[in-house]
Amino acid sequence: MCPAPAKRKTDIGAPHYDKFLPPIIKRNYGNWRHHELPRPGVVVHVAESGDKLYSVRAGSPRLLSIETLRLFAAIADEFSDGYLRFTSRNNVEFLLADPAKVDPLIARLKQEGYPVGGTGASITNIVHTQGWVHCNSAASDASGVVKSVMDELLPYFESMTLPARLRIAFACCLNMCGAVHCSDISILGMHRRPPKINHATLAKNCEIPTTIASCPTGAVRPATVDGKPSLEIIEEQCVLCGNCCAVCPSMSLNDPGDGISIWVGGKVSNARREPMFSKLAIPYLPNNPPRWPEVVSAVKNLVEVYAAHARRFERMGEWIERIGWPRFFKLTGIEFTKHHIDDFRHAGESFKRSVHLRRPPA
Amino acid sequence: MTEKKPTPLLDNLEAGPWPSFVKELKKSAKSPMVQDLLGVLERSYEDKMGHWKHGGLVGVRGYGGGVIGRYNELAREFPDAAEFHTVRINQPAGWFYTSDVIRTLCDIWERHGSGLTNFHGATGDIIFLGARTSEIEAVFGELIEAGFDLGGSGSCLRTPSCCCGMARCEWACYDTMALTYDLTQTFQDELHRPSFPYKFKIKSSGCPNDCVAAIARADLSIIGTWRDDIQVDRTAVTQYAAGGQIDIAADVVARCPAGCMTWDGRSIGIDNESCVRCMHCINAMPKALAPGKDRGATVLVGGKATILGGALLSSVLVPFLRMEPPYDDLKELIRAIWDLWGDHGKNRERVGEFIQRIGLGNFLEQIGLDPQPEMVAQPRTNPYISYEPKEGRP
Ligand code: SF4
Ligand code: SF4
Repeated sequence: MCPAPAKRKTDIGAPHYDKFLPPIIKRNYGNWRHHELPRPGVVVHVAESGDKLYSVRAGSPRLLSIETLRLFAAIADEFSDGYLRFTSRNNVEFLLADPAKVDPLIARLKQEGYPVGGTGASITNIVHTQGWVHCNSAASDASGVVKSVMDELLPYFESMTLPARLRIAFACCLNMCGAVHCSDISILGMHRRPPKINHATLAKNCEIPTTIASCPTGAVRPATVDGKPSLEIIEEQCVLCGNCCAVCPSMSLNDPGDGISIWVGGKVSNARREPMFSKLAIPYLPNNPPRWPEVVSAVKNLVEVYAAHARRFERMGEWIERIGWPRFFKLTGIEFTKHHIDDFRHAGESFKRSVHLRRPPA
Repeated sequence: MTEKKPTPLLDNLEAGPWPSFVKELKKSAKSPMVQDLLGVLERSYEDKMGHWKHGGLVGVRGYGGGVIGRYNELAREFPDAAEFHTVRINQPAGWFYTSDVIRTLCDIWERHGSGLTNFHGATGDIIFLGARTSEIEAVFGELIEAGFDLGGSGSCLRTPSCCCGMARCEWACYDTMALTYDLTQTFQDELHRPSFPYKFKIKSSGCPNDCVAAIARADLSIIGTWRDDIQVDRTAVTQYAAGGQIDIAADVVARCPAGCMTWDGRSIGIDNESCVRCMHCINAMPKALAPGKDRGATVLVGGKATILGGALLSSVLVPFLRMEPPYDDLKELIRAIWDLWGDHGKNRERVGEFIQRIGLGNFLEQIGLDPQPEMVAQPRTNPYISYEPKEGRP
């Protein structure tokens, strides 16, 4: 790393948020009293002063062109004095002080093709990764799966009728950029074959010792191929984590046989039950672009069974804990297989070590 | 420029009610880079495989991160998508914008890149997707002039992020945006010049609802909480009881994880000694209940996703810390963690895995914190205790 020469402006950090806050927020900063959800997609925050802030939330594909950003800016100018923000789940929000503008804004957003919703007991936007659009380790496309699933689940985005909020996340490989390991429903891209090695380039662009050290299971070993130093993989030992591929440019897990797994019952909020990880529901579904029908119907089934059986305020994972996993598999019609039983480190912690069984099978 | 190729599989994803990323790509397709990106993506949809290659070294003078090199293996066929680097830009805390600043960012990106963005990336940065190597310095120069700087990438402090906190939420137990801005400015060097064993993320949520998933996604999770009693507005409770929107006995009291609430049909009782500050009752009756007034945060450490040794949720490090500028206690703690992990962490070992390897007890001793029962779900159940000479071990 070379030192920055004098006068070059660097390290200025983030712009101060103060510049971008609407006056109503500046006036009431830290002095909000409560909030209400008058209709899907609208949150009204009421300040101690009596001021009311109307946030109108619309879905976005996260991958945005500057044309769409300029459209959002123009809409903000027209309806919210130019003030907008984005949520942690990539929705766009317009911040209004004038309630008379809420209905016209909603009409305008819908007319432009941006659905309004995602508040309260709904399914809000799916947090997701780059997928085939831009990632080197993607086992599936993110945007295509998300678009296909949300097209189907839109009624749940535009209403607040589920037992509790339902959070869906998508990650295109085990790196899980996004809280995929802690969501009500997680859609996760899976590689299924150990890394392929490009022996022709490896000696040139790969740090062999670092790559060997990167494997959590010791599956990467030095080898000589065609007289040149290279690597080999002990296939039975590989857990398909992709860590070696992240370190060595001559290795890749990408394969046409990659696919998708589905996980359920995680959450990050501390409300009621402590935060918990998602657990495996379906080990493999094929990549079937452009619409991934198998994935869409699996997710829809999970949502519908949950919606029909869970009690109010019960998140997916809390509902499953109450009814037990055997009943979850029965109600959803999902097959329980060998892959559902953990076999990595600490696997034994998930074995059932009591006879607390709800009506054992015959 | 490459000629426009048909994209029948992607075109299918223009239909349907959810906003379409394919439409976004096509809106930007006057850029030859995006035209070729469409070609590359259509190919992935045909052969069910990604075609991006491992990033090479791309960057800005004086910085060790913030730009991620991305190359395409179909470069011969789609030369304008051959280089498609990512620029991470440090977002304003809370993701608030004005239309003017959005337009400024768009103009910069129109001049120097593909015109595609993410609002936002998984860590919270604004993402400019698709820059050629030759344009990186120019993008950076214009961003700096506009008051924006790069975010983190590689083995560094990643761009801190937070919920909107006191700007809009009545539950915020401390000023998440002020803290995030302060930490971002304080640790510019750690953010821009990777010098850690692996990445380190800091996320700040204003209350235990944890809207930015700090406990799952950050190495250091700062989650707002309170020490005194939940505030109860008796009149509002009565209104909820009469309103019929919520069944206080079934939906609130019976769902309290601590079993510390009572309801006699008229008034709510809370045993605040037993309350675990989970937020459920407050979420369910936002007009009637509120966090107490003695507010601060719980600081947790070690959260991460699967890679490498399995996913971890952060665990309690400081049960309660008051969050007031200049946040000296917190910064001292962060530096102590970085010093220890920086010296002894292995390459690509997140701090959560490091703690598991050396033991939480040893970790605490090294960074100078006393063990407290709040840090564990329960004491150990195995007797493999390593007594130490200072305890009089024979
Ligand atoms: S994918 Fe993971 S387990 Fe398999 S060889 Fe590479 S580092 Fe080892
Ligand atoms: S915050 Fe949670 S634990 Fe405390 S009284 Fe309310 S529901 Fe019970």
